[in-house]
Amino acid sequence: MTNAVTIPNQQPSPFVGGARDQLYTSALSTKRASKDFKKATFMGWRRENGRVGVRNHVVMLPLDDLSNAVCEAVANNVKGTMALPHAYGRLQFGEDLDLHFRTLIGIGSNPNVAAVVVIGIEDSWTARVVDGIAKTGKPVIGFGIEGHGDIATIAKASYQAKRFVQWASELKREECPISDLWISTKCGESDTTTGLSSCPTVGNMYDKLIPIGIHGVFGETSEITGAEHLCKERAATPEIAEKWYKMWKAYQDDVIEAHKTDDLSDSQPTKGNIAGGLTTIEEKALGNLEKIGRKSRYIDALEPAEMPAKGPGLYYMDSSSAAAECVTLMAAGGYVVHTFPTGQGNVIGNPIVPVIKISGNPKTLRTMGEHIYVDVTGVLRREMTLDQAGDALIDTIVRTCNGRLTAAEALGHREFSMTKLYRSA
Amino acid sequence: MNAQAGVLHATDQKAGVPHVLAHSPKDNVAVVVVEGLKAGTKALGVVTETDSTFTVEVKDDVPIGHKVALIDLSAGDTVTKYGQDVGRMIGAAAKGRHVHTHNMKTKRW
Repeated sequence: MTNAVTIPNQQPSPFVGGARDQLYTSALSTKRASKDFKKATFMGWRRENGRVGVRNHVVMLPLDDLSNAVCEAVANNVKGTMALPHAYGRLQFGEDLDLHFRTLIGIGSNPNVAAVVVIGIEDSWTARVVDGIAKTGKPVIGFGIEGHGDIATIAKASYQAKRFVQWASELKREECPISDLWISTKCGESDTTTGLSSCPTVGNMYDKLIPIGIHGVFGETSEITGAEHLCKERAATPEIAEKWYKMWKAYQDDVIEAHKTDDLSDSQPTKGNIAGGLTTIEEKALGNLEKIGRKSRYIDALEPAEMPAKGPGLYYMDSSSAAAECVTLMAAGGYVVHTFPTGQGNVIGNPIVPVIKISGNPKTLRTMGEHIYVDVTGVLRREMTLDQAGDALIDTIVRTCNGRLTAAEALGHREFSMTKLYRSA
Repeated sequence: MNAQAGVLHATDQKAGVPHVLAHSPKDNVAVVVVEGLKAGTKALGVVTETDSTFTVEVKDDVPIGHKVALIDLSAGDTVTKYGQDVGRMIGAAAKGRHVHTHNMKTKRW
């Protein structure tokens, strides 16, 4: 058949962006030996508490905004450490403060982190984060700045960070069953192609891996609106459905109704979503929900940054739809690799968790392909089935867990964003 | 399908590769999945749920990712996608016309 379609710049110059560098294209056959995913393994670091990490970071973790400078100075002194600067941690109280601590302790406890140096302006809250991370059994130490100043603190923390890095550099990867993986998902800069290709690719991956024992998680509370009836039906029990529904309704009532100046149509769908063809939040929500596949039911509805405690399976986490906030909360919940469908081209990464970006939009692949790690444009051309796309994603996850850097890691995307519930005191 | 008179063919679509995709047979809109789709194109469509094909003559230049009406839609009509209610028409769109924020709105807010 012939028709009137013009595809500009089919052979893009590698020097103007958009050079194709995806791990998978429809032209490449995958190297998986079989579809028996139960037998699939990856090489990870088994930590003191039995959880398995796919990265081996030594983290300089600031308790508060005031401690960012010391963390960054130490990370500059001691190669192989990474500072995680953020904007908050002072004068927070109540649930908001609980979330702050839960997030920091969760990030430090994440199995992708080998060891942690915590820096805070004062000792007592610093010790609270250190004690929380120490429960994992991993090496962790904290330093307060008050009474010492930045320079003395940098010196002390640098000696300690150097010991941690040299220790961590000798830790060996071991072969682990794929069921040891905790895989999170959240999409961003969605358009209509995400609901047709990249989101159901993630759903296909979950349909294959959740039954063999991985932990999964999805969230984005405000973005379920329009598909809440379908999301509620996917809970494992009526009690969990009710718990989830209360979470969703609380956001509608306590946040949207309390703070709206007009309505959410200027934010949900976003301007990028609309440019990509999404017209309404209902349409966006239905595409979003494609990420959880057809088979799995979520076995709990978690608070933001809460660690799952009901064993393997799919979880819901109450979370923002803002990409960096959501991925940070899921990393704090203990997830070690993130799958991120995008349509219009979100560039997000995370400092401690590899973010695998998946897109089926040929325009995005053409214009900003360096950010896209898995190309599923073949799904839209009907040259690749969702089953094949799901397999390609699983292969990519395994290779990434074995050490291959994602596009986000190679490009230095380390977005670390704390979720804040309300104004500080 | 043959080329339509008066339409440019800078790059011909490969045979059998769809221009538009619908999720469900119940859908009254479909998503454009190729760049540069021009008014007058007799577009090949596939319903992904059933893998069945259809054709629709596109009446506007519709960007990739945007929707076209599969039936004549009037103000007040419910738009169905994924087999689900995704909003309402606030203007008319005849079959093949572009459906987006100019003629469609959420029922939520």
